[in-house]
Amino acid sequence: MPWNLDSDKPIFIQIVERIESDIVSGKYAPGEKLPTVRDLAVEAAVNPNTMQKAYGELEKIGLVYSQRTSGRFVTEDKTLIEKTRKELAKKSAAEFLARMKELGIGKEDAIKLL
Amino acid sequence: MSTIVECNNLSHSYGKSLALDDISLRIESGKIVGLFGPNGSGKTTLIKMLTGMIHDETGAVTICGNPVGEKSKAVVSYSPDRVAYRPDSKITGLLDMYELMYDDFDRNNAEDSLKELGIGTEEYVGKLSKGSAEKLQIILTMSRKAKFYILDEPINGVDPVSKENIIKIMLGNVPDKSSIMISTHQIEEIEQVLDEAIFIKEGKIVFHKSVDELREETGKSLLDAYKEEFR
Repeated sequence: MPWNLDSDKPIFIQIVERIESDIVSGKYAPGEKLPTVRDLAVEAAVNPNTMQKAYGELEKIGLVYSQRTSGRFVTEDKTLIEKTRKELAKKSAAEFLARMKELGIGKEDAIKLL
Repeated sequence: MSTIVECNNLSHSYGKSLALDDISLRIESGKIVGLFGPNGSGKTTLIKMLTGMIHDETGAVTICGNPVGEKSKAVVSYSPDRVAYRPDSKITGLLDMYELMYDDFDRNNAEDSLKELGIGTEEYVGKLSKGSAEKLQIILTMSRKAKFYILDEPINGVDPVSKENIIKIMLGNVPDKSSIMISTHQIEEIEQVLDEAIFIKEGKIVFHKSVDELREETGKSLLDAYKEEFR
């Protein structure tokens, strides 16, 4: 199945977040080899060049490293994975609160709902 | 980054009616570009000029640095908006023909893709469903290792699963530094694949932008932007 991406937000950022989330959730374990750019681009139904850029971004963050001949791997740095988990969780929480605000529900009441 | 397509002040008219009106455009290497516009806006004329079906006397169009002609045609792989093969052609015959006509045709790749999608090479074009005929055409087009692919209405009128297959054939086969131009009305289905979009209106380019930049700057989808332009 192609990835379900929002067409009103930049695709590149969504791809980066999706892979981050797959690393945090353990779909790709620490040290595990990642799919090739081409395979993942076809799976996601995005341009291979965009996928290449997303991998580049993840390498810059340090979540992914590449070995010249054998491909790309997930970092084994568990602290970094934990940090990414917190960042993604914070982002989701902020989105949740923003939606609650739209509905006229304040922070306190939103927390009660949880 | 190298340039794949360059048009400078390109115009074309049929008799008195101006089909393309002073078009300038550049497509860089590695880009997937969508070409959109209502019927009669000039999309097909532009495609015909890029493929050399309409001769451009002015030399305003170059592909990989060469004016449209024999050299440019060798690096352009084109899929027209209707099934391009005779109903009585057998698929093996088409594979033979492509192999003969195009040095950059990868027959093994085409055969593997056909097999993967359950299209037998002993079948006749006329017996294929619309979806399978479209898949066959995209497989043959994308099995050439070209620099520039032009796909005219590749997903028009096919079922959702065939659409997905066609997009995957395209993404799985495009060489890293090559570019694709897709002309379609199916914006929603194609927009997540695109780097750039071009809108043509009455023979003029009224929009040419990175789709991610559009989303970033305006929070709009390409479909929204299209509707705004043409409403």
